[in-house]
Amino acid sequence: MEIPYIKRTLDNGLDVIVHQHRQLPMVAVNVWYHVGSKNERPGRTGFAHLFEHLMFEGSEHYDKGYFQPLQQAGGLLNGSTNTDRTNYWEVVPTGALDLALWMESDRMGYLLPALTKEKFENQRDVVLNERRQNYENRPYGLAGIAMAAALFAPDHPYHWLTIGSADDIRSMALDEVRDFFSTYYHPANASLTLAGDVEPERAFDLAEQYFGDIPTGVVAPPVVVSPAPPVDSRLVLEDRVELARLYLSWHSPAMFEAGDADLDLASDLIAHGKTSRLYRTLVYEKRIAADVVAYQHSRELSGVFQIASTAVPGVSLAALETVITETLAELAAQGPTAAELERSRAQTASQFVYRLQTIGGFGGKSDQLNAYNVFRGDPGFFAADRARYDNATSASIATAVRTWLTGRPRVALSVVPTGQQALALPGSSAVRAS
Amino acid sequence: MSRVDRSVLPIPGPNAPFRFPQIHRRVLTNGLEVRAVSHRNVPVVCAVLIVPGGTAADPPDRPGLAAFTADLIDEGSGGRSALDVSDDLARYGADLDIDVGPDAIALSLTTLTPYLAPAVALLAEMAIRPNLADPDIERVRKLRLERLRQLRDHAPAVAERALMRLLYRDHPYGHLGLGSETAIEATTAADIRSFHRGAFVPSGATIVIVGDAEPAELFAGVTDVFGGWETPADAPRVNRHAGLVAPPLFPERRLAVVPRAGAAQSEIRIGHVCASRDTPDYHALVLLNMILGGQFTSRVNLNLRQDKGYTYGVRTGFDLRRGLGPFALSTSVQTEVTAPAIREALREIEDIRGARPATADELSMARASVTQGYPRGFETAQQVARGVGQLALHGLSDHYFEEFVPRIEAVTLDEVGRVAAAYLDPARMVTLAVGDHQQIASTLTTLNLGEPFVLSVLGQ
Repeated sequence: MEIPYIKRTLDNGLDVIVHQHRQLPMVAVNVWYHVGSKNERPGRTGFAHLFEHLMFEGSEHYDKGYFQPLQQAGGLLNGSTNTDRTNYWEVVPTGALDLALWMESDRMGYLLPALTKEKFENQRDVVLNERRQNYENRPYGLAGIAMAAALFAPDHPYHWLTIGSADDIRSMALDEVRDFFSTYYHPANASLTLAGDVEPERAFDLAEQYFGDIPTGVVAPPVVVSPAPPVDSRLVLEDRVELARLYLSWHSPAMFEAGDADLDLASDLIAHGKTSRLYRTLVYEKRIAADVVAYQHSRELSGVFQIASTAVPGVSLAALETVITETLAELAAQGPTAAELERSRAQTASQFVYRLQTIGGFGGKSDQLNAYNVFRGDPGFFAADRARYDNATSASIATAVRTWLTGRPRVALSVVPTGQQALALPGSSAVRAS
Repeated sequence: MSRVDRSVLPIPGPNAPFRFPQIHRRVLTNGLEVRAVSHRNVPVVCAVLIVPGGTAADPPDRPGLAAFTADLIDEGSGGRSALDVSDDLARYGADLDIDVGPDAIALSLTTLTPYLAPAVALLAEMAIRPNLADPDIERVRKLRLERLRQLRDHAPAVAERALMRLLYRDHPYGHLGLGSETAIEATTAADIRSFHRGAFVPSGATIVIVGDAEPAELFAGVTDVFGGWETPADAPRVNRHAGLVAPPLFPERRLAVVPRAGAAQSEIRIGHVCASRDTPDYHALVLLNMILGGQFTSRVNLNLRQDKGYTYGVRTGFDLRRGLGPFALSTSVQTEVTAPAIREALREIEDIRGARPATADELSMARASVTQGYPRGFETAQQVARGVGQLALHGLSDHYFEEFVPRIEAVTLDEVGRVAAAYLDPARMVTLAVGDHQQIASTLTTLNLGEPFVLSVLGQ
């Protein structure tokens, strides 16, 4: 199983990756810029994401908004920003490939002449509303903000979420956009993938034609930080929620580092499906939790392993914590059973196959090729990525749990209904987030 | 290499032909309809079992019964425990999705082709022989009550629930699948077993199977395991057509508020009871919706988001069902602009009916956007299976997919204007805001929609 591809790099440094697949008369265009909120600094948080919005507001040679011509051609398009990268994609009918490349290249090369104060201020308002909708007005929506702040020191760029702080967003000015664009939005800091109904030679010709004359830039040096381990802490946050929820987070391996896949498998073993250890104990047998989730969220600078569980009414979060701690200790001591390992291998196998179903969009094949290229320098990392999971053993999973979780410093955040701090873990200090 | 001409956008060329999936049909002797589609892309297969009778089939005193029952499908079957069943699903790498809609329950199982036979056999076991054991019912009852309680915190869920209540009142479409706390508490094991015996019968049900195999293999995968399914002679009556009863067309109130003190935004819904899926104007409504609020470049989004910055996004939709489904505009706006946002939204709905009708440009853009990208909806086995499932639920022809594009292309500007005036009726619309009542109360009165009716988070 793999995603066949050809990669070439244009003279200006733009990586171009092509994957031909003729199932549908459609082509996926996917562009990654190696910039995210990790490239921001305190006081300017949320800028990378606000900038992403501006990329949809028109460019020098087509200044009427980015969506209209592509939607009219039957295209689907979107973009997203996270801590590490910003991506943009279109899935268009084969006949509209030129149009999509024209549009993508115009905003890569010629965004700034079209940018006005009105557009900037409008999108700043839109982003503030995005923040209200997805964080401020959502139950438990502020937990991630409080957790990131507690896990990473103030000068570490994972200290804040990609959405940024509302005050920072409000204080941003149009003139900051120019620097950001010239530093990060140029061919040498980007990766273009075309996947679907396109001949590779034609794809490379088109890439050269549309992107070849965009001036190159200097790739900014990588962000280097030494994540000091978090201070073992207990925090409590009041929120407009009915049920209390406990979040436990640890620092964990960065993306693709030793232990990353093992902890990803460990998260499934403890919280994916009814037979997972924590679901079975907390939700199925003891019935003290309404739900439980766990994940290994690995990123470029560091990973975070998180377990979250919502207590049923009348149960304290301390009761959940006891079970979680015992479960991790057992996994650290004995590792998963042969049956658990067999089950998780089957799930891994199917998940990798399911990833091959779509050419475009978030998580489609074009997005994966760009991810492997940007983070590994190797678009063909799919098989090796899967091998990381196949090579995991009961012993390696137990080792990862011991190395990174049991007995390691962690942040325990209790989110409780307003006025009910008694439900929190004992000894928690109150935090605020907004 | 020639330079690009940046003075003009490239004109999209003709699109490559696309072959719509061929649907193979069989009817088993027990009445179960089988539809199979070969979909050769990756080694994946998806089976969707559609059982008519969804939330609308809930008895009046048991809102939530259909979804409660469906939720128990994967909680133990064939005498094996929920853990055993879950373990099997995991070993097949399978994903199971249980979707309880207003008109039907759909169970979707996606797995790798090598597991086709055992995974579909497991789906059959879950649908036909769920244990529905007392301890599992009690456990799931508790989980559903907790879920209902948590939804009180979630403004969009509160808004959906309140809107359906305001529009449909006691009509079978007037409640969501989760039902009410009172009803979930009152539901007995006998209610659940009876609903299952009545609803989960082969007669009238359809199974769609799509994947990386020949039609014969796909048929073989379902025929044996579903062939022995019988409709009990004494099957309790489940009203599969409950949604077809006429709903109230005129609301009792035009304006309603669900107070949410300190909310950063107001969650807004504006809508009315509208049309059924079998309306002859379906294709014109698809285009009208694209123009009004169905995509990024729609009128309401360009106005409320891109011009005013009131919101992260706003959309409209015709939720067409077997009975009369709702039209609704949905958005979430900054508290301070609640009244102006509602005013603009209502104005856009009003204007497209006459003062500023859809233009030829808008129609051609909407038409192109719907038709040019149509093949995208047939990329994965799951997309195809769900699409074919919709044909089954609404009695649409096997050639529906091929006919869709020509039908959309045949819609004229006059028709769009006519359906805008006929299907959107501002005088009947209910406007609902879930938000900080104290902050928005005074401005809401300027909307001239009367005194706001204040509801609780439970929609009462």
